[in-house]
Amino acid sequence: MTDQLTQSPATRVLDRAAVRAFVDQHISPGADAFDRAGAIPQELLDRIGEAGLWAPFLPPELGGRGTDLVTLGEIHEEVGRGCSSVRSLLTVHGMLSWALQRWGSAAQLERWGPRLASGRTLGAFCLSEPGAGSDTGAITTCAVPRGGGWVLDGCKKWITGGRRADLFLVFARGPASTVALLVPRETPGVSVRPIDDMLGTRASMLAEVAFDNVVLGPDALLGPSGFASGMVLTGTLDLGRYSVAAGSVGIVQACLDACAAYTSQRTVGGVLLREMPLIRAKLSDMVTDVRAARLLVAEAGRLKDAGDSATIMATWVAKYFASTAAARHATEAVQVHGANGCSPDFPVARYFRDAKVMEIIEGSNEVQRTTIAAEAYRRCAS
Amino acid sequence: MPDTDSARILAFITDRFPQTDITESEDIFSLGYINSLFAMELVMFLEKTFALTIPNDELFIDNFRTAKSMTELVGRLRSGTVAG
Repeated sequence: MTDQLTQSPATRVLDRAAVRAFVDQHISPGADAFDRAGAIPQELLDRIGEAGLWAPFLPPELGGRGTDLVTLGEIHEEVGRGCSSVRSLLTVHGMLSWALQRWGSAAQLERWGPRLASGRTLGAFCLSEPGAGSDTGAITTCAVPRGGGWVLDGCKKWITGGRRADLFLVFARGPASTVALLVPRETPGVSVRPIDDMLGTRASMLAEVAFDNVVLGPDALLGPSGFASGMVLTGTLDLGRYSVAAGSVGIVQACLDACAAYTSQRTVGGVLLREMPLIRAKLSDMVTDVRAARLLVAEAGRLKDAGDSATIMATWVAKYFASTAAARHATEAVQVHGANGCSPDFPVARYFRDAKVMEIIEGSNEVQRTTIAAEAYRRCAS
Repeated sequence: MPDTDSARILAFITDRFPQTDITESEDIFSLGYINSLFAMELVMFLEKTFALTIPNDELFIDNFRTAKSMTELVGRLRSGTVAG
C-alpha cells in the first residue's frame, strides 16, 4: 500500500490502514539507523507534520482532525510498531497538546494550538528530575509568583524530545500545590543538555532541561492552580500512559512479524524453525497477547471518548499489561533469532531495548501494580 | 438509578469507596479520600453525567467539598451563572 497521508490533504483518511502504510514507507525502513544515530531526522519530523500525525485529536478549528482517542491509540500502535523513538515523540507532544486542549485558555489555544497541530512547534513534557521520577511529591523545581507572573528555577531530567522541543510543559512546585507552566524554549534562562547512549528509545532525543531564574508571564500557567492543579498532571500522564500502552502493542506486533518472517526462512537440520513446536508456542503467545493488549487499549480509548472516569484505571491496566507483554515477547523474539537477534542486522535487538523502557516510563510497572491492587481492595472493601 | 443530582453524586462516591457512608453535607476531604486521581475521576463523572464542562475558574476546592456543593455547582453551570 502506498502512503496516502502526505499526498492529498483535503481528502485523506486518518485511520489505521493509512498510518500503517505511512509507517511502512517512511518510518520502519530507517528505524535502525535512527537508533544508531540517536536522533530522528528533521525531514521525518516534517513529514509527520504533513501527515497530520502530531496531535490529530485537536479540533479542526485549531488545525487538527478531531480524531477520536480510539483512533489515536491505533495511530500510536502503528507508529510504535515501526519505531518506539518516533512514537515517544508523538507521546510527549500529544501530552502537551492534550493538556492545552483540556485546560488551556482561549489565548493559549490561539497561540499554541495551530502550531502544535501542524508540528511547527514541538512539545515536551517535563516532570522527572534527577531526584524524582514517579515520586512527584519530591520534585524540587520551583515556580514563585512574581509581578503577576512566575519565576521558574530547577532542573528536569530524562525529557523525551527535549533536545528538539520548542515548548515545554513544566510541572513545578508552586506556592500551594504543583503548577503546570508552558515554557517556550527560547525563554532566557532555559538551557538544554542532550542525554545520549540510553538503553532504549535511543533516538527519542532525551535531554536534561534546566531553568535558571526563568521569568514567565501570567499566561504561562496552564489550567487551574490550587487543589485542582494535580488534575492537569493526572490527566496528562493518563494520556501519556495510553500512548505508551498503544506503542507497546506495536512492539509486540513487530516482534510477531519479525519472528514469523525469520522462522519461515531459517532452517535447523534442514527443518524450518517454524515447524518446531517450541517456536510455535512462542508465536502463539505473541498472537494471544497482542490481541489481548490491543483490546485493553481500545477499551481505555473507548472510555476516554465517552468521557468515562473509568478510563483512568483502564489505562493503568492496559499500560501494565501491554508493556510487560512487550518486554516478555521482545526477549523471546531475540531468543528466536539466536545470535542474529543480538546483532544490528535484525530489528529485534532494538525492540528488546525499547520494550524495557516501556515498563519504566509514565509510571513504573511497580507503581502501576500498586495502584491497580489498591483499586481492587478499595472496590472489595465492605 | 438515583433520581436526584445529589443522590447520583453520592452514589458515585460510595461506588468508588464502598466502605463509606456519607451524607450530602459531609466534607469528603476530611475523610482523607481525595487525591489527584480521584479529583480527576470526580470531575470527569460530573461532566459526563450532567453533560457539562466545568471551567478552570470553578475548579476550586469548596465546589467539591460535599455532595451538596457539587450539586449546587451543577445547578449553576446548567443555569449559566458560573464565574468567568
